[in-house]
Formats: sequence, structure tokens, C-alpha cells
Amino acid sequence: MSAWLRHHRQALLGALGKLRAQRSAAVLNALVIGIALALPAGGYALLASVRTLVSAPGAGASLDPQLSVFLRAEAKRPELEALARKLQSDPRVREARFVSREQALKDLQAVEGLAEVVAALNRNPLPDAWVVRPRAAPGTELEALAGELRAQPAVAHVEADAVWARRLAALAGIARLAIALLAALLAFGLVAITFNTIRLQILTQRAEIEISKLIGATDAFIRRPFFYLGALQGLAGGGLALVLVWGGLAALNAGVDDLAASYGASFRLAFLAPGDALALLFFSGFLGWLGAYLSVSRYLLEIEPR
Amino acid sequence: MISFSGVAKRYPGGHEALRGVSFSVAEGEFAFVAGHSGAGKSTLLKLVAAIERPSAGAVLVNGQNVGALKRAAIPYLRRNLGLVFQDQKLLYDRSVFDNVMLPLSFGELSGREAARRARAALEKVGLGAREKANPVQLSGGEQQRLAIARAVANRPAILLADEPTANLDADAAAKILEIFAAFNQVGVTVLVSTHDEALIGRFAGKVLRLSQGILAS
Repeated sequence: MSAWLRHHRQALLGALGKLRAQRSAAVLNALVIGIALALPAGGYALLASVRTLVSAPGAGASLDPQLSVFLRAEAKRPELEALARKLQSDPRVREARFVSREQALKDLQAVEGLAEVVAALNRNPLPDAWVVRPRAAPGTELEALAGELRAQPAVAHVEADAVWARRLAALAGIARLAIALLAALLAFGLVAITFNTIRLQILTQRAEIEISKLIGATDAFIRRPFFYLGALQGLAGGGLALVLVWGGLAALNAGVDDLAASYGASFRLAFLAPGDALALLFFSGFLGWLGAYLSVSRYLLEIEPR
Repeated sequence: MISFSGVAKRYPGGHEALRGVSFSVAEGEFAFVAGHSGAGKSTLLKLVAAIERPSAGAVLVNGQNVGALKRAAIPYLRRNLGLVFQDQKLLYDRSVFDNVMLPLSFGELSGREAARRARAALEKVGLGAREKANPVQLSGGEQQRLAIARAVANRPAILLADEPTANLDADAAAKILEIFAAFNQVGVTVLVSTHDEALIGRFAGKVLRLSQGILAS
């Protein structure tokens, strides 16, 4: 094993040893960090679940603006092809999906409570349609695109869910911003907690640091265990935040199940995606390291052998 | 090996601890820095170990100008020095063995080699059987021997000791000096500060006599 790796292993084991030796303080710190991180993480998970709910097929809503372009039953082939070409080449269109009238009927049948109604129909009353997701944000540009599509000979009717989308997008934007602000504020708190913990640790180990410097330890060697300590503390807090979010969502899901059932639907608040959970752990570890880095940079230079 | 040329040290507040000090200690030499309390002995040793920087003049240790060393280079200078203090500066939350392992953990040695060297250093100072003990369980003389074991574990070329026998009885003090003499026999340059003239008389070596910061001719 190279000396560099051995020093890192030594620093990591030393930091773990300190956490073990000061178990109750370490648990309390992790708890404070965990609660602080659980709030924005939980909010993020709730928002993601709501997005999933409103974007689900049949939900009739989306946080992204959407145009439903219904086609005339008697439209001629060249007219249909001209419309398809326009949708595929228009730079304002992000995605255009053709939904045949048969597919639309199937989708309708799949909606809870409508199967019997659809079965009672003598014929399929639904038209062929294009579902268009524009690049443009809800606003005048979207209205202009809807107008142009309306003018196409193959088109019977264009339904722009711009108002609904605009409101929903605005609400989601506010929620995202609130979560981001909360996360930033609590991240600052986490850095401050780690900063103070490491400061106290440095003061406790003052004699050891002074002696180590006297007998040839480099600043990097002295700093390293504190960095590991900060990062481990952040990681422990991040892990605890995940547990708290999972527990909180599980508790909420008991009530959500009943509510969804009363609408004849099934819906559950989902836990963070694996990538998001990993990102939370990485972020919490990084913030712990940052707090340690700031503390060590501030206080370690003050300790010099005399 | 150690060379002072016109060295002065003035502390903030104006106190002049050393004035125009010039001397040299050759490789493998044994030297005492003698003088009363406040004569500047500790300051002189601190300048060698780069704990203090000279206000004027040049301090050369192993060919390096200590006054001009960058902060990052100081640990590497100190790894070639073995430092022993009057108050031992031991870590009392660790075992005797772990105290000696401390300087060995900074370097490139493998864990096994570092442990071997730590045990060898403890054997040399007669503490081989006490490696698991806590330093508080040791007598004053044993604690000082432990400090010497830690200082020599890295096999330094120079051993610096600042009043290592000040708190010890005559027998324990003589034993400590015998250990220094033994290391000097194998080529280690030794610089010991003391105010104990009787002790100096019992060991052969160069004597640098300081009085109020000035080196007597």
C-alpha cells in the first residue's frame, strides 16, 4: 500500500475512532443534520410525487404545456401528411405523438370508472389526434403555435392547456424555489454545525496537534482526519435524512392510500429516486467536508509550537 | 551540521533573547548549551528546530537556511531532528508505544517497519517492557526516556534536548545523558541545553556558554 493511501486509511480510521469515542455527541450532530436535510429532501420527494400524479395518463394535466390537436375525420391524406411534416419540422415543437382514435378509446377505457361507459358506446366517437409538447413556455408563443395548427386543413380543433399549465408550472416553480431556498439555508446551517464541531475537536486536540507539528507532521497530515470527520458526520446526517424522509412518506402514505381509494384510484408518495438519494448523501458528505475545511483553515494555522 | 552566524533574536515587545551568536557544531559532535535561566538556551534550540525565526543572521541546519525556509518545508526539516523537551510533551491519552509511533506515522514507512523501529527505540532507552503502559504510569525519568525514544525513532541526524534533566534527580539525569552519549557514539549529533554545570563536567563535549543572549568566547 502506498504511503499516501496508508495515510488516508489512517485518517479515516482515526475519524471513525473519534466518532465512536464521542458516540452521543456524534449521534446528536447526525440527528440535527439529518432533520435539517430531511425537510428539503422530503419536500423534493413530495413535489416529485405530485408531478408524477398530474402527469399520469388520464390525469388531464401536466406541469409542461401541451397542445392536443384533434383531426377532422374527413381529412385527406395529403392534408394529414402536411400536418405531420409541419409538426416534425417546426423548431417550436419538442415532441409530437400521434394518438389514433382506437388508441384514444383504449386509453379512455383504462381510466377508472369509464370502462362501462365506453363499452356502452355503439361506435368510437373519438377523432385521431396529435399530442404536441412545445419547447415554448406557456405564453404568446404557444398561442401562436396553436393558431397556426388551427389553420391547417386537417385540423378540426386545437386544445391548448396553456392556462392550466401556466398555473401549475408557476405553482411548481414556487414550490421548487421554496425547497431550493430551504435547502440552501439548511446547507449553510449544516456547514456551520460541522464548522463548530471541528473547531471544538481542534481545541480538544490542541496538544496533539502542537506536538505533531513539532515532530514533523505536515499541515496536510494534521488536516486530513478532520476532513474525514466532517465528511463522515455529514454522511451520517445525510443517511439519517433518508431514513427520516422514508419514514415520513411511509406514514403519509397510510393516509394518501385512503384518500386515493375514495376517488377510485391508487396513488402513493414515492421515495427519492436512487440517483437523488445518492446525490443527497454526496451533498451532505461534501457539506460536512466543507465545514471541516473552513474550520481547519481558520483554526489550525493558529496552533504553532512555542 | 549546525551553524549560527551573527544570529540575533528579538521577540515582539523588544526582548532580545540572542545577540550576535556565531558557532558551529560538526556532524557527530556532542555539545552542551550552558547558561542560567533566561540566558537564551531555549531560544537557540528553537531557532535550530525552526520553531522561531532569527531576527538577524543565518542559521544553517544540514545546509538549509532555517530563516529562509518556507512554512511547508519546516516539517521535513524537523523529521531530521529529534526533539526532547523539559516537559516531555507526551500524549497522555495514548500508550507508550503509540507515543513513539507518532513521528513514524508521518513518513513513508510501512506499518510493520514503523512498529519495528518504535520497539527498537523503546528497547534502546530501556522501556521495551512498558510499551502498553500509559505515560502517566511512568516515573519522571522514564517519561523523559520515552520522549527520547520518540525523538530517535525516526533515526534523526541531530538530537536536540532542551533542559531534559531539569526535573530529574541526579541519578536519573545522569542516565538520560548516558543515553544521549550512546546515540552520539553511533554518529548522531547531539545538542543539549542545561544549567547544570555539574552534569556538564561529567560528560565530554563542546560547551557553548550563553549569558544574557551573548555567547561567551
